Amino acid sequence: MSFYIAGTGSYVPEKVLTNDELAKMVDTSDEWITQRVGVKERRVCTTETTGDIACRAAERALQNAGVAPDELDLIIAATISADMASPSLGCIIERGIGASCMAFDVSAACSGFIFALDVAAGYFARGMVKTALVVGAERMSRLIDWNDRSTCVIFGDGAGAAILRAGDGYIDSTFTVRGGDDVIRIPNFAGTSPFYKVETPPPYIYMNGQETFKFAVNAIVSDVSRIMEKNNLTASDVSYIIPHQANSRIVELAQRRLGLPPELFYVNIERYGNTSAASIPIALDELNRSGRLSRGDKIILSAFGGGLANAACLIIW
Amino acid sequence: MVFEKIREMLAEKIDCEKETILPETKFTDVGIDSLDVTELVMNLEDEFGVEIGMDASIETVADLVAKIERKLEAKNAASGS
Repeated sequence: MSFYIAGTGSYVPEKVLTNDELAKMVDTSDEWITQRVGVKERRVCTTETTGDIACRAAERALQNAGVAPDELDLIIAATISADMASPSLGCIIERGIGASCMAFDVSAACSGFIFALDVAAGYFARGMVKTALVVGAERMSRLIDWNDRSTCVIFGDGAGAAILRAGDGYIDSTFTVRGGDDVIRIPNFAGTSPFYKVETPPPYIYMNGQETFKFAVNAIVSDVSRIMEKNNLTASDVSYIIPHQANSRIVELAQRRLGLPPELFYVNIERYGNTSAASIPIALDELNRSGRLSRGDKIILSAFGGGLANAACLIIW
Repeated sequence: MVFEKIREMLAEKIDCEKETILPETKFTDVGIDSLDVTELVMNLEDEFGVEIGMDASIETVADLVAKIERKLEAKNAASGS
């Protein structure tokens, strides 16, 4: 026994930040960003907290699934940009939506949503829960150096959520963690200790772009091929592959290396940028609400990010 | 061997005569951005069975040739051949 996805929801802040607006802040251009990253615009929080956007996505998922907050047995939030170190974002969501159940966070950067699904699967397998909420929510805008043109053009804010109910829709998963902080890191320290002798690094996101690109392409290629081979799937068996939306060129190169048709890959990065753990549930919600998913469809989710951690799973809608 | 392979791959990518690609050719001068260089490196990794760390030092064709040749020497030394 695992789960099936009974409903989805997403929410992005109202403020749209276009490439042209960014070009007024740092030395960049719409052409450069479009060609290098594939982003045309992203959303950024102006007054909303990570908790706010997470709760709105969760409420929409509950409504979509026809589930009341008091039916939830478990809430897992995947985030690296919660408003507070404690309590967890899961706890904020619990209070915000009026639920009363176990709640906690999973930290696996951009792969967080798939890690959270897998953790939830364990609770379903042990029969401990019947209904769960998994949310990926990020306010990346507060982790970015807005003077660094190499990173500030990539990211965006947003939240996506899924309601899971006991069932057999979570078929397979794969996880790989290389470890270390050399390629991607977000020091994001807060506070000082009079006893600490080591100089604190800049708090903002750091990425070795080329190394990240290589890691990301290899992650999608190895994870998707592993899932497809293990489950005897050909391209025609799969309805959608939803990759983490980090850079459209990562997806294009992975698609070519896999030899799969481009239309199999769902891409919406042009509208949201990289929303870290929120990117996959936002994409899933868009597919669901636009009527492009039918029960029984096989969908592969594939994520990669800081850690370095990559993950993929096969779900039956 | 490495230089010839890079020439071939690059010529195909930017659709030019491979003879026009020289060791001192800068990637940015022929319209190859950092992600294209990374893709080229990934293809070369597959071709030669080595792993190449990405850093900002790969500016010219010669830089890339040197990086791969160093890796190949280390690989051959390790395998005793």
